[in-house]
Formats: sequence, structure tokens, C-alpha cells
Amino acid sequence: MTITAKAFKYGDDINTDYIISGKYKFKSADMEAMAVHAMEDLDPDYYSKVSPEGGFLVAGTNFGMGSSREQAPLVLIHSNTKAVLAKSFARIFYRNAINTGLPVVECDTDLIEDGDELSLDLEAGVLKNLTQDTEIPFAPLPPVMAQLLADGGLAAHFRKYGGFAVK
Amino acid sequence: MVPIPGKTIAEKIFSAHSGTDAYAGDIVVADVDFVMGQDGTTPLAIRALESMGVEKVFDPAKVAVVMDHSSPSPIEGVSALHTIMREFGKRTGATVYDVGCGVCHQLIPEAGHVVPGDLMVGCDSHTCTYGAVNVFSTGVGSTDGAAAMASGKLWFKVPDTMKVTYTGELQPGVFSKDLILALAGRIGADGATYMALEFHGPVIDELSVDARMTISNMAIEVGAKAGLMKADEKTLAWYEGRGDRAPVPVDPDADAVYAQEIVLDASAIGPQVAKPHAVDNVSPIEEVAGTPIAQGFIGTCTNGRLEDLKIAANILRGRKVHPDVRLIVAPASKQILLDAMEAGYIRDLVEAGAALVTPGCGPCVGTHNGVPSDGENVISTANRNFKGRMGNSNAFIYLGSPATVGASVIEGVITDPRKYFKGGE
Ligand code: SF4
Repeated sequence: MTITAKAFKYGDDINTDYIISGKYKFKSADMEAMAVHAMEDLDPDYYSKVSPEGGFLVAGTNFGMGSSREQAPLVLIHSNTKAVLAKSFARIFYRNAINTGLPVVECDTDLIEDGDELSLDLEAGVLKNLTQDTEIPFAPLPPVMAQLLADGGLAAHFRKYGGFAVK
Repeated sequence: MVPIPGKTIAEKIFSAHSGTDAYAGDIVVADVDFVMGQDGTTPLAIRALESMGVEKVFDPAKVAVVMDHSSPSPIEGVSALHTIMREFGKRTGATVYDVGCGVCHQLIPEAGHVVPGDLMVGCDSHTCTYGAVNVFSTGVGSTDGAAAMASGKLWFKVPDTMKVTYTGELQPGVFSKDLILALAGRIGADGATYMALEFHGPVIDELSVDARMTISNMAIEVGAKAGLMKADEKTLAWYEGRGDRAPVPVDPDADAVYAQEIVLDASAIGPQVAKPHAVDNVSPIEEVAGTPIAQGFIGTCTNGRLEDLKIAANILRGRKVHPDVRLIVAPASKQILLDAMEAGYIRDLVEAGAALVTPGCGPCVGTHNGVPSDGENVISTANRNFKGRMGNSNAFIYLGSPATVGASVIEGVITDPRKYFKGGE
């Protein structure tokens, strides 16, 4: 499946408090309501920019550093973020993204400018920058993660197989 | 013949728990000895269990949920989440630590739920704390936590290990918090991403178990998956009377292969402060001394233990918190509160002007109990100073040792605590 959307670009070391502030994580378990606050300390307009047509969140190194809050990938999903593209990811965020079904792509994001139109085909491993007419290489996901993502996340995988079916 | 390489602590624990000969880079499905969640993450884990169609936990004795982050509840939304957790406990038999018990990362080792040699996961990033007692413990998200609660298993990538050795001798007025801040300043917030840390050296050997936990607690602040230490006599003595399983200490092999090795000379490390808004934005205290502060906070899973309260009480005893400063103290657990009362530390701190709050996370994560005002500086013993962390993105959080916080709240400005330790203590 190919997803085409605009890139919204931010910097390095974007932590989970920026993605969704700790003060909201207790307010509600309603991710739709929380999604409005996604990234707001960094960019108060993130939700209004991304949610209408969907978008790619593009960042530098160590995206998602900080807490284990799964609300972080969930609010991104609910803000209509199609995937996160970064030079590198913090470990827990990366796992949580896969487990909740948010595609994450490790690639050289210097090749993307804010506002560029991108198309991503995860299964085929193809990422294109349509604005700059370039193809951006990225390493495929390890098989375990690819399967979890394909199943729609870890919960869906469990539902499907009644437990871990990866080895 | 190629010699078989030795193993790190992480590789040995993953081998033992996956029934494989595991080395860094391998992906294994491993048995976990314990699973923990707190009030910010457990409700989502419970929802994930429901969506998995799972009604029972794999072993009720190996699952605990803790109400610590926003506890006692400040608003109805949280009260509802707490109710969900209590009902989960009743339904599944999992242990429930309710309001007032303390911070998850103190309670789990304190109760002996994990012992040296264990593998455990917690739905909280600072689960790495128990590396100090030789447990491979790591933070996971709620869905991972749910999968582990359901099956007693989880998939892992066996991490590379960075060996960190502290040589020399800790100087008076300098504490384990300063050692880990110095490392964060040196290698940065992503310096050990995907890796396990192994802490070694005479300085670590000298530290108490309380002080060691401060270091392992902050492994995640340099991106690490775990912050492991060996189990020595002190660890085993600490475990006497705790839990019902025997520790199985795991030492690294002498020829273990490390991805990276770092040596820090503790003799040359003075008090360190992490400045806003990043934990790796570290300076020696000389560079920030004199910065005015409006609030001090002593507590958290980093520095809310008995030894931390003692360090602060020794400075504040017979003195007063500066009139322009609020000092908030949150013991990490009920047991620590009781012990600190018995030792007189609570009286010392409260007489000096501290506001004592319920054992738990206190104002650490900004849901209640001491949200700073716009433009205010806070000096805190916590592990994170991200923008907005304490509930106000217009406040500025500095991190230091309990001694640094103690000295600073007296003077109303960030203060080098070493003057209280001249000639040692
Ligand atoms: S004390 Fe702070 S860092 Fe520790 S578990 Fe609580 S909120 Fe997290």
C-alpha cells in the first residue's frame, strides 16, 4: 500500500513529553480527544496541519526519547500521522509504534524538507520524495516487527494467533 | 577453532530466560519473571488485554499494578482510571499497590518481587532502576506490558552492552546522582540507545544499594535499555528477608564482548546539574551556582530513598528553607516514610520548611502536588527536566543531587553543597 502525504519536519531529540505532555496523559483515555494536543509544546498547530489530509512526521535523531507512554504513538495515529520518518528512534517509542500499528522508518531525513510531498510503500520498501523527485533508501524492518505491523500491531497479532506466533 | 566469546550480564540473562545461546543482536522470545504497570500506563494495558481477548494474567503472583503517578487522585478522570486498576486486581489476582504505597520503582524491589538474575518488564521507562540489583529490567509500552501479562513472555532484541567504569574515589559532597549526570553530559541523551549499560569499578562497589539505584534509574536518560550492576555482598544483604525466591547473581564473563567502554574518574567529578530542558545539558555546579530558584523537590524513583532523605536532612537540620522558596518532599515509599520518621529526617525537613506529600511520584510528572508557575526555576532530584515535565512548559527545571537541592533551597539560589561536607561527613 502506498501512502502519499505531506512532510512536517522537526528537529532532533523530540521527546515523548513533546509528543503528548504528561499533564494530558491522565486527563482521559480518549485518544481522539488527546490527539488535539499532539506535539503542541513544539508546534501548537501540529494537529490542525496534519489531521485534515494526513501527514508524515519527519524528524532528526533520537525521535521519541523519554517515557514509555504508549499515548505517544497513539495520539500521532489519531492525529492522522501516517508514519514517522527519523534518522534514529528511541527504543521504547520504536517498539510502541510497531505494537500500536504506527509505521516508523529510519532514513536520512536531511533529504526531506518541510512541506515536501512524500510517498511511502512499506512492504515494497520504497520511499519517494515527490517534490524533489528523489528516492530515499531505508533498511527494511526486521521480520518480527514487519509481521507485527502487518498484523495491525501486537494486540491484533495476539488476537489472531492467541499468543506470540513470532520466533 | 574459533573460541566461544564470553557473555555480558544481559546476554547471560537473556540466554537463561529464552533457553537459547543468546548474543547481542539476536531476537529472542523470553520468559519474564515479573510484569509491572503504573496508573499512567496500566489502563491502556488493560484495554490492550481486552482487545487481545485475554481475561487472565499468566501468573497473578508475578503481576503488580501501582497507583503512584497521580495519587491520591486529583481529578475524576484519574479516579476512574484508579477504579479500573483496582477492579483489574480483584478480577485477576494481580497485586495492587494503592494510593500512598509509593513509587513503583521503589516498591517492586523493596517487596522482593524481583531478585538478582531476573528478567522483568514494566510499563514505565524507569523500570531500568532494578539493574542496580542485577535484574535485567526494562521499560515497555502498555501493549508490550499486556502481552507479557497475558503470556509471561515477550520478544526482545538482545542488546549490545556499554561498559562504564568509575575509577578513583567519590569526593565529599558528591553523590551517585552526580556520577550519572556526568555520564549523561559525556555521552548524551542517545549515547547508549538500544544498548544495555554495565556499571563497574571501585566507586560502584562502595555505593549503597540506594545510591546504586539512582544510577541505574537514569540509564534510560542516555537511551539505554538497562543499567546493570553485579550482585555483591551488599546486594545479597539488602535482599535478606525480602521476597520468597533465592537470588541467582549473574556476573559478566571476564572475556565478555562490549560494544563500547567508557572510564570516568570519579575523583575529578564534582556536583553536576542538568539544565533546562534536557538531561544531557549538564554543567559542573560552578557554572550554574547563583541561579535563583522558586521551588525545590526531593523525591522520585531517582532520589526519594532513605539515604537521599538523610543527605538532605543532614543539611537542612536546624536551618530554614529560604522564604522565597517552596521545598516539596515525597518519600519514594511508605516504608521509606516510616523509616525516615523514625530516624527523625522527616521532622528535620518539615521543621526546616518542607511540605511533605504522599509517597509516590509527587510533582515529578506534573499531574499534581507542586506544578511550578510561569518563569519559575525548580531544582529537583528527579531524572527528567523536559519542557513541561512538571506540568508547566513555561517553567525551568534543573536536576541535581539531594545535597545540591538541600543546599540550594536554603540559599534560594543554586548552591554548591560541598561547603556542608568540608572534611568529609
Ligand atoms: S517518580 Fe517520576 S520518573 Fe519516577 S516513576 Fe514517578 S513519574 Fe516516573
